[in-house]
Amino acid sequence: MAEPTPADRAATRRPVTGTLHSWDLSTGVDGPGTRFVAFLAGCPLRCLYCHNPDTRHMRDGQPSSADGIVQEAAKYTAFIRASGGGATVSGGEPLLQPELTGELLHRFKHELGLHTALDTSGFLGARATDALLADTDLVLLDIKSWDNALHRHLTGQELAPTLEFARRLAGLGTEVWVRFVLVPGLTDAAGNIEGVAAFTASLGNVTRVDVLPFHRLGAAKWRALGLDFPLADTPVPTPGRTAEARAVFEAHGLHAV
Amino acid sequence: MTTAPHTQPAPAPAWEGFRGEAWRDAIDVRDFIQHNYTPYEGDAGFLTGPTERTTEVWRRITDRFPEERAKGVYDVAHDIPSTITAHAPGWIDRERELIVGLQTDAPLKRAIMPNGGWRMVAGALRTYGYPVDPQLEKTFTEYRKTHNAGVFDAYTPDIRAARRAGVITGLPDSYGRGRIIGDYRRVALYGVDRLINAKLAEKAELDAAPRDPARLEETIREREELAEQIRALGELKEMASAYGYDLSGPARTGREAVQWLYFAYLAAVKEQNGAAMSLGRTSTFLDVYLQRDLDAGLLTEQQAQELIDDFVVKLRIVRFLRTPEYDELFSGDPTWVTESIGGMGTDGRTLVTRTSFRYLQTLYNLGPAPEPNMTVFWSPRLPRGFKEFCAQVSIDTSSVQYESDELMRPRFGDDTAIACCVSAMEVGKQMQFFGARVNLAKTLLYAINGGRDEKSGEQVGPATAPVGGDVLDHEEVLARFDEQLDWLAETYVHALNVIHYMHDRYAYERLEMALHDRDVRRTMACGIAGLAVAADSLAAIEYAKVTPVRDATGLVTDYLVQGDHPTYGNNDDRVDAIAVRLVEDFMGKVRKHPTYRGAEHTQSVLTITSNVVYGRKTGNTPDGRRAGEPFSPGANPMNGRDRHGYVASALSVAKLPYEHAEDGISLTNTVAPDALGRTAAERITNLVGVLDGYVACHGFHMNVNVLNRDTLVDAMAHPEKYPQLTIRVSGYAVNFVRLTREQQLDVIGRTFHDAL
Repeated sequence: MAEPTPADRAATRRPVTGTLHSWDLSTGVDGPGTRFVAFLAGCPLRCLYCHNPDTRHMRDGQPSSADGIVQEAAKYTAFIRASGGGATVSGGEPLLQPELTGELLHRFKHELGLHTALDTSGFLGARATDALLADTDLVLLDIKSWDNALHRHLTGQELAPTLEFARRLAGLGTEVWVRFVLVPGLTDAAGNIEGVAAFTASLGNVTRVDVLPFHRLGAAKWRALGLDFPLADTPVPTPGRTAEARAVFEAHGLHAV
Repeated sequence: MTTAPHTQPAPAPAWEGFRGEAWRDAIDVRDFIQHNYTPYEGDAGFLTGPTERTTEVWRRITDRFPEERAKGVYDVAHDIPSTITAHAPGWIDRERELIVGLQTDAPLKRAIMPNGGWRMVAGALRTYGYPVDPQLEKTFTEYRKTHNAGVFDAYTPDIRAARRAGVITGLPDSYGRGRIIGDYRRVALYGVDRLINAKLAEKAELDAAPRDPARLEETIREREELAEQIRALGELKEMASAYGYDLSGPARTGREAVQWLYFAYLAAVKEQNGAAMSLGRTSTFLDVYLQRDLDAGLLTEQQAQELIDDFVVKLRIVRFLRTPEYDELFSGDPTWVTESIGGMGTDGRTLVTRTSFRYLQTLYNLGPAPEPNMTVFWSPRLPRGFKEFCAQVSIDTSSVQYESDELMRPRFGDDTAIACCVSAMEVGKQMQFFGARVNLAKTLLYAINGGRDEKSGEQVGPATAPVGGDVLDHEEVLARFDEQLDWLAETYVHALNVIHYMHDRYAYERLEMALHDRDVRRTMACGIAGLAVAADSLAAIEYAKVTPVRDATGLVTDYLVQGDHPTYGNNDDRVDAIAVRLVEDFMGKVRKHPTYRGAEHTQSVLTITSNVVYGRKTGNTPDGRRAGEPFSPGANPMNGRDRHGYVASALSVAKLPYEHAEDGISLTNTVAPDALGRTAAERITNLVGVLDGYVACHGFHMNVNVLNRDTLVDAMAHPEKYPQLTIRVSGYAVNFVRLTREQQLDVIGRTFHDAL
């Protein structure tokens, strides 16, 4: 019997659906190059500095099929091939909808031939199957803190699942970019940065660390949702502080930007 | 194409070491370039910064900018109608200047050029507080007819009504049409005497009385034009000799090549106040001369850069005297000294040379500036080092625009340059009759109102049946729209024929045309504005429910939109296809009408800054846009309706078919630096990627601004802090602080693509 073609497989596949917050084309912020980004709705974390609070609930999204999303992404394959880039599944927390996330990554990679990235907090990393990770070229992993109590304060959830997921990715040899948000008075304690840096360096599969200075640009979204932005009075870090934090990662041999 | 035999050999030293034969026997600059240029595949590492000399010369100019900005003009030579030789020579700093020549006897002093129209000259002089010489007034109203007077003698009532209502706007009937590029390189390569001989030969070919009655008028016209061209070349020599240079023979050194070329351009801008006075494609041509001197040890890199810097200082201070009405259409005092840089040759070698880099380097050595209008011909095959330098310059200065070499080269060849913003033409072999644009959005309103103007109630278009009923019917609107567009195309082409007949007659570009072949390819460059508004309006009528609101006279003056509809700018075929169809349909309608001198019909999707004026003249539209609100510029989607980032937005624009808009399709993108990446290196790589991607998807033109909104807001409040802040608008760049307040707000209000 002949090998089934991708079309055959698609024809027999049960349509996968989920809820999508939005899609976008972005450059240089959701992985390398210009990327098609599917933002899935819903997130189990409640980060104090969240800049997309409108993506927290699955009910905030539109019921969408993987077919529809892939069809939209397919309009950009020519552009992305010429420009360099790929497709990213982001959120919210995409692993809240692991089936849709896995389907999207698989089809972005094999049907459209694109470089794939998964943008996640890692908290639900256990829900990512090995097959899903095999279809993921790059994981953008948020490590928000090294201290569990601080992590709970920042996000309302435990840190351990994220670290576990990070170790699993290391074991699989999946490329990871770690993201660390520098929030004055919260995450910027020397011990905290050092802890994240030492752990990150121990993994061996992290090719870049994004040290992201906290900003208040998401405040308007909180207001629009009738919520108080908890960090309304928190200052943004000075360029000097941000550079110092990067230097901590660099000192561990990591490439920090 | 005419290839007059040469009658006198050039002096040996001028062409020493140059290769190739064909260009020696006939005027053929492209052949010369192809045989002699040195492609450069490296990076920007060789470039040098400004010398003390350069900085000092430029400072003497920038010191005068505050006064110029405050008064509107620095000074006007108000009593001397400009010709190539009318003004005495002038200098910025005679000891320091390397390349000399000014439009009048002093820098920033504007000339008057009454052949275009006396009223505009008199109006501008009164605006800026200069006396109007009664003798000149008599000359240009009683003895010497102007272009403007001729046009209005021949306009029809229909044209006048369409023009008054603003459904056809910006016509070059009261200003110089511009968009003609003399091949200024010819003067450097051949010297003026050789060019005069070639023109004499071209004229002699027309000595026989034409047997074909259809050729009679054209032959006489051409003989007269050639006589004028020859005279203008003589005046060019005379003007240069007043500066102490003899342009009879070819340039012998790099410095002479720059100087010869500049004198030729200078003669053009002394003679013509054209809307766009573009330079052509000069950097790789000049590189041949600079490289020869560098190789011979006659020049250092620093000196080569100085020559280009000094040349660019001159290009930056080209000025024309214009009226406030004109400035409203084309704000920021643009001159469109467009220089086309880079691209690939048809033989596969890149046309990038070190001098391509040197031109861009002036944006660092002299700081950002709108002129010359730096235009990079982009191909994914350009050398990596050049691409990255372009992206870096864009990120640092927002002063570069990009046009697809891949779309132009197959149609126009590899010696093509852009006139104005997006109009491609083969240098020295092609010119255009510039035709401004029609307002498609307003025409759609005419369709709904049976040809009545939605603001005045006047019957302007043909009296067709107004669209009836409580809800607009898509089919009915399309049928009525088609009828109004038929009328519009006919009236429009008729107006352009009148304009260009008169411009040739009363304000002929003698010197610019002297630097063309005799038998040029002419295009009739029509244009459309309001494309996004028209497309979104039609999408609203098709996909949502649009209820017209009528006033007491039955005129529809507003629309209620219920339900969702797709909008142009989201890469959504349902509405993008409407925009595509509008472009194709209107081009098809334009093509049905005969043109003056058999010009080929083309059109552009470009507004310059007139999107603001067009918006002001257009009532409420069915897409929900309010009366008076500006249109989006060029082919851009409407502000805020592109919701999926600039790539999705750009790909909607890239669908517009270039084969039906060969005069260019303009897209302006403004992104915050963070929206290109987190590190400087990443931003460069990513912008290169975006340009590669856009060209690969058949996009034609992209203005790239990399700016933070806060910077612009601060510049509005404190203009003195931002004298050189440059921003690209549709097809050109402006000093932000020289825009009107209304236009500044429009620029800030346009979709800024942030990283959030």
